[in-house]
Amino acid sequence: MSSVLYDAPGPLTRRRERIGSILGGLVVLALVGLALWYAAGRGVFEADRWDVLYDPPKNQTAEDVWTSMVVRGLGATLRAAALAAPLALVLGLILALWRTAQRRWIRLPAVVVIELFRGLPVLLMMFFALLGFGWDAFNAVVFGLTVYNMAIISEILRAGLASLPKGQAEAAYAVGLTRTQTLLSILLPQAVRTMLPSLISQLVVLLKDSSLGFIVGYAELLKSIQNNAQFFGNEYFIALFVIGASIYLIVNIALSRLAVWIQRRTTRTAAPVVPVAVTMPGSI
Amino acid sequence: MDVIVDNFPAYLAGFSMTLRLTVVSGVIALIWGLVLAALRVSPITPLRAFSTVYVELLRNTPLTLVFFFLVFVAPQFGLLAPLGFWTAVIALSAYTSAFVCEAVRSGINSVGLGQAEAARAIGLTFGQTLSMVILPQAVRTVIPPLINVFIALAKNTSVASGFATVELMAAGRRLGTQNPAEIIPVLIGVACFYLLITIPAGISAGVIERKVAFAR
Repeated sequence: MSSVLYDAPGPLTRRRERIGSILGGLVVLALVGLALWYAAGRGVFEADRWDVLYDPPKNQTAEDVWTSMVVRGLGATLRAAALAAPLALVLGLILALWRTAQRRWIRLPAVVVIELFRGLPVLLMMFFALLGFGWDAFNAVVFGLTVYNMAIISEILRAGLASLPKGQAEAAYAVGLTRTQTLLSILLPQAVRTMLPSLISQLVVLLKDSSLGFIVGYAELLKSIQNNAQFFGNEYFIALFVIGASIYLIVNIALSRLAVWIQRRTTRTAAPVVPVAVTMPGSI
Repeated sequence: MDVIVDNFPAYLAGFSMTLRLTVVSGVIALIWGLVLAALRVSPITPLRAFSTVYVELLRNTPLTLVFFFLVFVAPQFGLLAPLGFWTAVIALSAYTSAFVCEAVRSGINSVGLGQAEAARAIGLTFGQTLSMVILPQAVRTVIPPLINVFIALAKNTSVASGFATVELMAAGRRLGTQNPAEIIPVLIGVACFYLLITIPAGISAGVIERKVAFAR
């Protein structure tokens, strides 16, 4: 992109760019170095701030710490996501189909449900379940994740249906398929396929949002960092946080990469190219 | 529904906090996000790398984790974040700026290559190409996704309620504990205030999107 804006750089410009790169690199390095120096001055890198990960105090073994974080913490996070994701997909699919109904008054409830749930914070819906219905924290988290993401997923599918060439439906009607048959056997499979990358990015958002369980009192990965820090002492917060944050990053980046990979595979053959939306948790 | 009317001042206080969080973080995120986007398309590799790493990290981190870091972990470094408004602003704007950067970058990328080539062919300089041909086209495609990012920001301010900021969500929880029998109406009141922000913004994003839509 930037290369078309200029003429091909001559020797002078290339030298300037090289100098700029070196200077920019020095600035970034200096900032990183300053941060590290500051942290080291605060004793962040001393072994007794990190031994909780390999030789924890209080008669615990490293295995106990790692089990509580990876198995119980991440396990609880994944359990909520693993229940909410299929529910949101199925309900989102139903809503998307409902919304394509031809009669306005049949379509209306689906429109209201979608607009309502995608306009509200996930956290609020978790509180509805937790305080309003009196459910336990796990069910509240699953409820919040499900109702929000089903609204977003149905919007994604609707965009997928809208992006299909008109001829697909016309051809289906021409060979005598009914509306339902056309929708289920011709349009929907194509819409799901073109929207697969967006659907996967939405699942990443769902997984990220499960960390809201921390606020409603669900014992997930963040809570396990806090519990461990409270048990072993606050000086271990940094070490435990680094591990927790790394777990989130690894899982989420892996899923995002999967979305990109699938997009590359599907766009090679599928006709309409739909760019992966910039998905932000809560973006409409 | 009396409980909503009776506690209207509490709702309004929470709502104005939510609005202030949204506006202040939104402005900071917009500026920082534009800087990140500029770094990301710049020819200077280390700056580009910095911006890429920043955006990738923040995009793949839950917002709760950013708050968690500022409130629980940063004090262990000796960085004492003041609890409340400014902690929330730092967390929200650091997080949102990554998405602003992505939206702006995809907008710039959506302008066809031929546009820049044509501008150069008629002898426009780099500055003219950028300011008269590329940016005007980029801005109109960027505005709808940017509005969506800000809608998300408005909803994300609710996360601050878990970290000692009394905004709309926290005000609602307080009212709920004071009126346990009427908790559902209380929460419906909270929902209405959020919808007051998100639905008009969503509609305007849709209108702008239709207005600026053109064939490329």
